Amino acid sequence: MIDFELEPQVLKQVEMYHMVAEQMMRPISREYDEKEHEHPRQFWDAMWTASQSLGPAAREAKPSGKDDGSAPKLRNLYTCLSTEELCWGDAGLFLSIPNPGLGGAAVAAAGTPEQRERFLRRFREGQPKWGAMAITEPGCGSDSAAITTTAVREGDGWVLNGTKIFCTAGQMAAEGSEGFVVVWATVDRKAGRAGIKPFVVEHNTPGMTVARVENKLGIRASDTAMIVLENCRIPADHLLGKAEVKQEGGGFKDVMATFDATRPIVAAMAIGVGRAALDFVRDFLEQNQVPLRYGLSPRRLSTIERDFMEMEVQLKAARLLTWRAAWMLDVGMRNNLEASMAKAKAGRAVTLITQKAVELLGPVGYSRKQLVEKWMRDAKINDIFEGTQQINLLIIARRILDYSSKEMN
Amino acid sequence: MVSFEPSDEQKMIRDTVAAFAIEEIRPAARPADESGEIPADLIGKAWELGLVRGAIPETYGGYGDTRSAVTGAIVAEELAFGDLAIALHALAPRLLAYPVLEMGTAEQRESILKRFGTDNFVAGGAALVEPRFDFDPSALATVARRDGASYVIDGAKCVVPLATKAEAILVYATANPYAGQAGVDGFIVAREAPGLTISEREKNMGIKGLETYELTLKDCRVGAEARLGGGNGINFTRLLSESRVAMAAMATGVARAAFEYARTYAKERKAFGAPIATKQAVAFMLAEMAIEIDATRLLVWEAASRLDKGEDALKESYQARNYAAQSSLMVADNAVQVLGGHGYIREHPVEMWLRNARAFAVLDGIATV
Repeated sequence: MIDFELEPQVLKQVEMYHMVAEQMMRPISREYDEKEHEHPRQFWDAMWTASQSLGPAAREAKPSGKDDGSAPKLRNLYTCLSTEELCWGDAGLFLSIPNPGLGGAAVAAAGTPEQRERFLRRFREGQPKWGAMAITEPGCGSDSAAITTTAVREGDGWVLNGTKIFCTAGQMAAEGSEGFVVVWATVDRKAGRAGIKPFVVEHNTPGMTVARVENKLGIRASDTAMIVLENCRIPADHLLGKAEVKQEGGGFKDVMATFDATRPIVAAMAIGVGRAALDFVRDFLEQNQVPLRYGLSPRRLSTIERDFMEMEVQLKAARLLTWRAAWMLDVGMRNNLEASMAKAKAGRAVTLITQKAVELLGPVGYSRKQLVEKWMRDAKINDIFEGTQQINLLIIARRILDYSSKEMN
Repeated sequence: MVSFEPSDEQKMIRDTVAAFAIEEIRPAARPADESGEIPADLIGKAWELGLVRGAIPETYGGYGDTRSAVTGAIVAEELAFGDLAIALHALAPRLLAYPVLEMGTAEQRESILKRFGTDNFVAGGAALVEPRFDFDPSALATVARRDGASYVIDGAKCVVPLATKAEAILVYATANPYAGQAGVDGFIVAREAPGLTISEREKNMGIKGLETYELTLKDCRVGAEARLGGGNGINFTRLLSESRVAMAAMATGVARAAFEYARTYAKERKAFGAPIATKQAVAFMLAEMAIEIDATRLLVWEAASRLDKGEDALKESYQARNYAAQSSLMVADNAVQVLGGHGYIREHPVEMWLRNARAFAVLDGIATV
């Protein structure tokens, strides 16, 4: 039966995440935006300790909603809820939280059970750690099939060579903790997509260096690294899945499976940032006695009311699409189309909402005394990473038109 | 527990109505738009689906089905996918029957509901919209004044469906124009009531198959028993919310019709040696349309789901209605654009859907769930 209501115990969880966002993230939000590249250690330690007591890292995305017994039933949906709250707090800090990240998601999607245990156990013990995924290269982003980083079999291992950029938490995963980076490289350039394989490169592996950490428009608390692999030798069993080029799974398809699971979460991130701005504007209007007259004919509303209500409903539409995409995964339905719909909608909606918030608030919105201008800068990344809006529209177009990627590119 | 899946019963109803919309309604859509006439036998067949009679209690000759706004939204979308004017006509009796069913006194239920518990279509309608640019359901200019044992209604209404065929019309008026939605009452006004004048049939931009009329009420006197809900009056906000959900659901249906037509066309029409659907300029328009249709439907369902739980849905239905008014227009406009010059020609239905979609920002209260 169609239902949009969250159970009381879920709402309680959401409230807990909201408290973390309000009490631990907001107070340091501006500080780590201004001091880019500095580490919010105290916050990280607290989040790490909390995730240890919660059991398996709460943010570890899974490619399928299969019930493993202990997990809550709507695990992906609930992850979206907590993500929205934490990103309402601060999206940059959220991305910087020690966790398996996309690297962990890739291990979960493409690794064998033995590999999952070997590589992911570390997130349940010891000091804070990060996992990262390195796929984008200077010469290719959305067109990830054009990867040039190579993996060559030599003796009892693989040797990686290439340059990866825009690797979220790459610095902390590669050098700053006992984490790892999942590097996507080709074992056979002639094989195209089928030749692209994921390799786990442990922290501080000789031959892997963090060449630089980017300076960005927003989400400055999160490190975005360039990673150079120079004759970087790794053991044979660090290849996730199987080495054969012509076989099902364990290759490019798994990157896509990862994205089906993570796109709703990225959409939820966007929604958190958008809601931060929306809440700010709502409070501001209330303080300034600007009424919001729901129910009135829109022709009789003030422009500010109309703008605000438009922002509000756009955010809600994005949230409903996001919940649907996550829910589908939870109940075992293929959500490739719906995940891209949620991501495309949320990324753009929130970009526009936060830009409008700055406009509505005038100099107050533009001032760095408030966080609104920061949210506008933070929001934009959601329209870009984990698949730009345009790439998601392309995926949607192929699905609704029933075209293959060859027919429609 | 959150779920986006209709119940098995809802799916069954949806499939039945969808088949009717595709096989029976759609072929009649263009002729109805051109001639202004909807064949009576088509409306009769729609009646047999129990679209109105279903929710009427068995005591009054109905089927006693549980009324659900979510199911109603699903049905409204499918019907409007077939054709908006025909959908509005087929569902118009609800405009009188449902408010009486939900909020009428025992006497009102007795006298009105049994009219609809029959085998043949019975016309019914309601008068909410007023002929002025700043019309607002929250601030009606039609005034009802208590005068002894009766009410005297003065004002003007427009876009009243089936007014000349309905035995009675539910006229919305207010005792106090400044009391907002809380001040609105409904009056069951007989077509023959003194002081009520029904105009010539209206001519509108779209939904041309649907007969609509202007009503003039001048010292229109009705008995106290005509006031819907008797001494308690009505919860107008709820009735308006139900109406907004229905209209937004229909907007989703119109948009989906336009989208699907444009998609098929884009895959067939070739330019520069390939279907235009393979060009991103066109494909991305279609992708946007698909996103907005789904987003609209989810907003509608969310509002409807609140109504089904007996919760206030003023804000949610308002959001759904305003969103649907925009998104359906965007989708229909894009559909015309995808067809290019052909979209402008009346041989294709997309221009009709564009005209029909414009109604959703303008009209209120001409459908309910």
